[in-house]
Amino acid sequence: MRALDMAWRLLRREWRHGELLVLLLSLSVAIASQSGVGFLVDRVSRAIDLQASEVLAADMRIESAGALSAESEFEAQRLGLRTAHLTTLLSAVFRNDANQLANIRAVSDGYPLRGTLTVSTTPFTPGSKSVGIPAPGEAWADSRLAAALGASVGDTLMIGARDLRLTQILISRPDQGSGFVDFAATVLINEADLASTQLVQPTSRLTRALLLSGERAQLQAFRSWHASQPPNRERVRDVSDDSPQIGSAARRAGRFLAIAGLVAVLLCAVAVAMSARTYVQRHLDTVALMKTLGATRALLATISVIQLLALALLATLLGCTAGWLTQEWLVHVLQNVLQTNLPPPGFGTLFASVAVAVTMLMGFALPSLLQLMRTPALRVLRRDVQPPPIGLLLAALPAVLALGLVVITTLDDWQLSQWFFLSLCGALLALAVVGTGLVRMASLLRKGGARQWRYGIASLARRRMESVAQIVAFGLAFMLLLVLASLRRDLVEDWRRLLPSDPPNYFFVNIPTSDKDEFYDRLVALGARVERMLPMVRGRLVRINDEAVDAVRSADVGVREGREAAPAATGMRATGWGRGGSGRGLAEREQNLTWSFELGDDNRIVEGRWWTAADAGKPLVSLATEFQQRLGLKLGDRLTFAVGGETVVATVASFREVKWDSFRPNFFIVFPPGLLDGAAGTYMTSAAFTPRTGSDLAQLVQRFPSISVFNVGDLLAQVRAILDKAVSAVQSVFLFTLLAGVTVLLAAVQSSRDERRHETAVMRVLGAARRTMVQNVLVEFGALGLLAGVLSASGAAFSSYYLARILDVQYRFNMVAWVGGVMLSTVVVALAGWLAMRTVLDQPPRTALG
Amino acid sequence: MSRDIVLRTEKLTREVSSPEGPLTIVRDVNLEVESRASVAIVGPSGAGKSTLLALLAGLDLPTSGKVWLAGSDLTLLDEDGRARLRAERVGFVFQSFQLIQSLTAIENVMLPLELAGRKDATERSQSMLERVGLGSRVGHYPRQLSGGEQQRVAMARALVAEPAVLFADEPTGNLDSITGGRIVDLLFELNTHSATTLVLVTHDTALASRCERVLRMSNGTLLDGGG
Ligand SMILES: Nc1ncnc2c1ncn2[C@@H]1O[C@H](COP(=O)(O)OP(=O)(O)OP(=O)(O)O)[C@@H](O)[C@H]1O
Ligand SMILES: [Mg+2]
Repeated sequence: MRALDMAWRLLRREWRHGELLVLLLSLSVAIASQSGVGFLVDRVSRAIDLQASEVLAADMRIESAGALSAESEFEAQRLGLRTAHLTTLLSAVFRNDANQLANIRAVSDGYPLRGTLTVSTTPFTPGSKSVGIPAPGEAWADSRLAAALGASVGDTLMIGARDLRLTQILISRPDQGSGFVDFAATVLINEADLASTQLVQPTSRLTRALLLSGERAQLQAFRSWHASQPPNRERVRDVSDDSPQIGSAARRAGRFLAIAGLVAVLLCAVAVAMSARTYVQRHLDTVALMKTLGATRALLATISVIQLLALALLATLLGCTAGWLTQEWLVHVLQNVLQTNLPPPGFGTLFASVAVAVTMLMGFALPSLLQLMRTPALRVLRRDVQPPPIGLLLAALPAVLALGLVVITTLDDWQLSQWFFLSLCGALLALAVVGTGLVRMASLLRKGGARQWRYGIASLARRRMESVAQIVAFGLAFMLLLVLASLRRDLVEDWRRLLPSDPPNYFFVNIPTSDKDEFYDRLVALGARVERMLPMVRGRLVRINDEAVDAVRSADVGVREGREAAPAATGMRATGWGRGGSGRGLAEREQNLTWSFELGDDNRIVEGRWWTAADAGKPLVSLATEFQQRLGLKLGDRLTFAVGGETVVATVASFREVKWDSFRPNFFIVFPPGLLDGAAGTYMTSAAFTPRTGSDLAQLVQRFPSISVFNVGDLLAQVRAILDKAVSAVQSVFLFTLLAGVTVLLAAVQSSRDERRHETAVMRVLGAARRTMVQNVLVEFGALGLLAGVLSASGAAFSSYYLARILDVQYRFNMVAWVGGVMLSTVVVALAGWLAMRTVLDQPPRTALG
Repeated sequence: MSRDIVLRTEKLTREVSSPEGPLTIVRDVNLEVESRASVAIVGPSGAGKSTLLALLAGLDLPTSGKVWLAGSDLTLLDEDGRARLRAERVGFVFQSFQLIQSLTAIENVMLPLELAGRKDATERSQSMLERVGLGSRVGHYPRQLSGGEQQRVAMARALVAEPAVLFADEPTGNLDSITGGRIVDLLFELNTHSATTLVLVTHDTALASRCERVLRMSNGTLLDGGG
C-alpha cells in the first residue's frame, strides 16, 4: 500500500518534471509501429481470405450427397454464421424441341455469400453485377446453355416438370472455378421451385451444400463442432481444400505477413529494451540515494514496476491509437494499389496488440529494472560504482519467455515458431559475441590512426557495454529488415514467375496415346505454349504395407466420407483441382497415376530422393505431401495399387511438395517410367493459348473428339487478383516495418545521450571545436553502423536462406544487397547519431560547470 | 562498551582488487564514537576516508572486522536490513548534494519521511526547510537553486527524520568559504538542537577544528588509534 502510494507520487513528480516523457515517447512509437503493422496485416489477410472465399461463394461449405442434417444448419445459425443453400443436379433443360444437358443449381436467398453474380440480357457480353437471385418462377441460364438452346430473355424453359421464364443470362458466378466439374451448361433457379421440378427423387444424383460465412473464430468453432459429430455423409470444404493454388498463395502471403508483423514486434522489443536501458541509466543515482535513505529493494522494485506498468498502459493507449491512425492513413493512400476496400480491423487485433505490447515491455524492460534494483547504495559516494552485471539467465529469461509467447501466438505454426525462435536466439548470441570481439578490436585501434578517428573509436571502446548493446540493437534491427526485404523480393518474384503474363489457361485430358504427337503439333500450330505432357492411368490404392485400405479407413477417425462431387472421368483430380478433402477419400477412390523422369521446377523433394535413370522400372513411388499427411505415410512404406486388372506394389521413395499454383499438370502419385508403361492410359497437358477464333477450339475438338478441354481462365483471373493483392500488401506492410526500424535507431542512439551531454561540454571547455565534435560523433556512430552492418548483412543472408525454404521460395544470394546493406547501415547509423547528438553538441560549455 | 557508544568498529578492514593485485584501502580501524559527539575524519586525498564512512554507514561491507551502529551489528544484516536501519537512525550529507533532480526541494526533504511511512511528512519538511532558511523556496527544483541552497536542502533532508547519526562527506567541498561557513554553523546548530551524533569527513581545517574529536587518517589506517 505504501509502495503503491509512493510509486504513484514519484511517478507524478517525475512526470511533471518531464523525466519520463522520452521513455513514453519511444515506447509509444514502438507500439504504434507494431500495432500499425498488426492492424494492416489483419486487414490485408482478411481481404485475401475474402477474395479467396469467392471461389466457394462462401467461407466454408458443408456438402452431402443426400440430405443435409438439420443440426448443421441449426448450429451454424446458433454460432451467428450466415447461411445459404445450394442444390446441384444434372438434368436436361428443354426449350421447345431443343434440349441440352445442364447443371441445375437451385439456390436460396443470400447466395452467393462471397463474391457476386454478373448477369446480362445477351449471352457472351460483359454483364453487370446482380443483386439477389432468380425469383421463384424464373431461371437464369448461362451463355452456353442459352446459346445451345437458342433461347433469349423472355423465353420459357422447361426443367423437369416445371416451366420457368428465362429472365437473365448468367455471365459469371464466383464459384464457377471450383471443382472444375461444372462443364455442363448451367442454369440458376430459386430453391423454392426445386420441388416442383420433381427432379428430386430418391435415386437422383444430387449434391446439397450448406454455404457458410462469418468470422474466422465462428468458422473454426463450427468446424470443431462438426468434427465432434458422429460420422455422417457430410463433408466440410474450405478454400484450401477446394482450390489448392489459391490456398497456397493465400497461405504464403499469410505467412509472410505474419513474419512481417513479428518483425515489427521484435523491433518494438529492441526499442523497448534500449529505452529501458536509458531509464535505468537515468535512475541509477536515484536508486542509490533512495537506498541510502533507507528504501528496501522490495519497495524500490514495486515502485519501478508500478511506474513501468503505468507507462506501459499509457504508451499502449497512445501507441495503438497512433498505429491505428497511421494504418488508416496508409490504407487510404494505398487504396488505388490495393484496388479494394479493406475490411475494417477486428477488435481482436486491438487486444492482441495491447497484449503483445505489455508482454514485450515486461519481458524486455524487466531485466534492466532488476539490474537497477541492484545498484549499490555506495554509488552515492563513488560515482563509478555500477550495479553488478546481471546473470545471463536473469537477463535472458523474461525476454526469452516473452519472445516465445509472442512468436508462437503470432505465427500460429509450431515448426515455423520453433525455427524463428531458435534462430533469433542464435542471432542475438552471435551479435553479442562478435560485437564484443569487434569492440575489443576497436580499442586496440585507438592507439594508432589519425587524431580525428582516435576520439571516436576511443569513445566506442570506453563505453564498451553500451557499444555492444548498440551494436546488438542496430544489428538485430538491420538484420530483421534485411531478411524481410529479401524475403519480400523473393516472394514477389516467385509469384510473378509463377504467374507469367500468360499462364496455362486450358487443360486437355484423355489424349489418346496414338494422337499424342499430332495433338501436340496442332496445338503448337495454333500458337499455344504447351506444358509437359504426362501419361495418366487410373488405379486404386488397396493396401498400405500389410493393411488393407479398408482397415486404414476405419481407423481414420474423424474423417468424413469423401464423395466425388461429379463425374470423375475428367481426370481433373490428377491436376490437383478440387483436391479431395479427406484421407479416406484419397485412399478409397480411384486415383490418377503417372510416371515421369522429370521432376519439374514446380515440384520439390522434401524427403527421400527423386529417380535417376537407373531407377527405371523399379517398384518405387513418389507422393505429394498432401497425400502423405492425410494417410500418415512415411518413406519406405509399401503401397499396393490396383491398376487395371493387375496389382503394383511400390515402395515410397520420396515426398514432393507440389506448387499447384503453377497451373501445370501435376499428380499426387508419380512412378518411375518403365513400371506402368504396359497399362493402357491416356495423356494430359495444359497450355497457354488464346484461340484466335471460336472455331479454333471447335475444330480441335472435332478432330480429337475424345479429348476433354477445360478452360481455367476465370480461375486464373481470381488467383491473379489474390496474388496482386498479396504483393501490394506485402510491400506496404514492409514499409511499415521500416518505420519500426527507425524507432529502434532513435531509441538506441538516445541511450547514450545523457552521458554525452556532460562530456561534450567538458570537451568544449577544453577548447574542442564544434566541427571536431561532429567528426567524433560521425566516426563513432559510423563505426558502430559498419560493425552492425557487417554482422547483420551476413546474418540476414544466412537466415534468408532458411526462411526462403520455409516459405517455399527460391533464395538467391545477392552481393549487391550485402554491400548495400552494410553501407546503408553505416550511413544511416552515423546520420541518426549525428541527428540525435546535435542538441548535445550544441551544449554551451558552461553546462560543464553546473 | 558504555551505553553511550553509538558507533563502534573492531579491526575494520576493506580490501579491493586492483590491476596490481589486492589493495587494502581501510586497515584495522578500531573506533568508538559516543552519542552526541562530533567527530571529524581528516587526511590526504586517497587516504580512505570516504571508504571508511561508507563502511560506518553500512553502504558497503568490510572484508573483515565488525561495525556496530546504534546497537546493531551491520555485518550481520542484509542489504535491506541495513537500509531499514539507515531509514530510522542515519542521515547523510554529500559533497555533491545528491538531490533528486526531478523532485522539488520539499519533495526531496519529504523522501526519508515517506520512506519511513510518516504521515506528517509535508508539515515537518516545511518547517525543516524554514529552519535552514529556505521556507520560500520549497517548490523549486534543485537546478533552480545555488550550490549553498542545494546543500541546505540536503541537510534538511538528512535531519528531518531526526537520525541518531549524521554522516557527512565533505559537506563544504563544493562551496566557497563563506557559504561553507554558514553551512557548518547550521550543521552544529542542528546537531546541538536535535541531539545527533556527527561524523564528518573533511579537508576543511576550520570545520575539523570545531569538532570535539579529530581523527587523522593515512593510507587506510587511523593514525592516533581512534581511542
Ligand atoms: N572499489 C574500489 N576499487 C578500487 N579502488 C578503490 C575502490 N574504492 C576505493 N578505492 C581506492 O581507495 C583509495 C581510497 O579511496 P577514498 O575514496 O576512500 O579516498 P578519500 O580519502 O575519500 O579521498 P578524497 O579525499 O580524495 O575523497 C583510493 O585510492 C581509491 O582509488
Ligand atoms: Mg572522499
